[in-house]
Amino acid sequence: MPTATEKSGFWRGFLAGLPFVIVVIPFAMLFGVVATEAGLPLYQVMAFSFLVIAGASQFTALQFMSENAPTIVVLASALAVNLRMVMYSAALTPHLGSQPLWKRVFLSYFLVDQTYLLSATEYENRPDQTAAQKAAFFFGCMIPICPMWYLFTWVGAAVGEQIPASLGIDFIVPIAFLAMVSPALRTPAHIAAAFVSIVLALALFWIPFNLGLLVAALVAMITGAEIERRMS
Amino acid sequence: MNYSTAEIWWIIAILGVGTFLIRFSFLGLIGSRPMPEWVLRHLRYTAVAILPGLVAPLVLWPTATNGELDPARLMAAVAVVAIGYWFKAVVWAMITGTVVLYSMQYLLG
Repeated sequence: MPTATEKSGFWRGFLAGLPFVIVVIPFAMLFGVVATEAGLPLYQVMAFSFLVIAGASQFTALQFMSENAPTIVVLASALAVNLRMVMYSAALTPHLGSQPLWKRVFLSYFLVDQTYLLSATEYENRPDQTAAQKAAFFFGCMIPICPMWYLFTWVGAAVGEQIPASLGIDFIVPIAFLAMVSPALRTPAHIAAAFVSIVLALALFWIPFNLGLLVAALVAMITGAEIERRMS
Repeated sequence: MNYSTAEIWWIIAILGVGTFLIRFSFLGLIGSRPMPEWVLRHLRYTAVAILPGLVAPLVLWPTATNGELDPARLMAAVAVVAIGYWFKAVVWAMITGTVVLYSMQYLLG
């Protein structure tokens, strides 16, 4: 039985996730449109969004597939885009690792940028919750985000009309990520980590499969941790 | 696109399983085993270490403009960070960014 505090955590998560509906809808539609135009039948478009449930890597796979890249290249590049989620998984483990295995399976399946970031922020602001309360918050965040991903992939595939690039829908996702991460710039260590991340990601952008980003992220994490250690 | 239907199913299935295993990695294998303090210290910087680097090329070299710097997108990004940083208001930062993006696109043609 969920306790009262778990329920309130769930609804707090739901409210935190709700604004991201306006991000997920255009992004999901765009995937549906682009995948359909690339020639995928509806059930394969939907299988993509259900099984992979990771926008950036779905677009990456599609990009390489429309160039008729070798299958291994499609897989390697799309999976490399998702490697950042290893770090998300690690970062949430101290909070959620004690949950039963079946719950961790679901937590993992729904571990996307938004659920990770909203939950990580919540756990930092309210560290004293039980793991079950923390998981309830996570699932609350997921409700307005992940089902919308499926639904609007379908709408995009069904509508099938090209969304003009001039609308700037491509920029909805960067706006959402920046809005989520800038409140986290609380200390000099956080700011330094973000700075290193930007500089190195740009400098290493030429490395294929997005691997430059992973190097940038690792060095940025070391930077943040090292500054924290020296300042404490 | 000239893959067979079976090949596309394989791609989707392997991506699905692979992505799940990536997400499950630490949550699944480490579980409740305690991690050393130095690891936890690094993990506290995960978000600020990944997302700025993920977004920076999208801000400076947007695909929609064929990689050319776009003043509207740049100003929108600056506005989002400013609101998010000073007011810690995620939703307002998103709204402001969207308004800045569209008004700049309108003004700059």
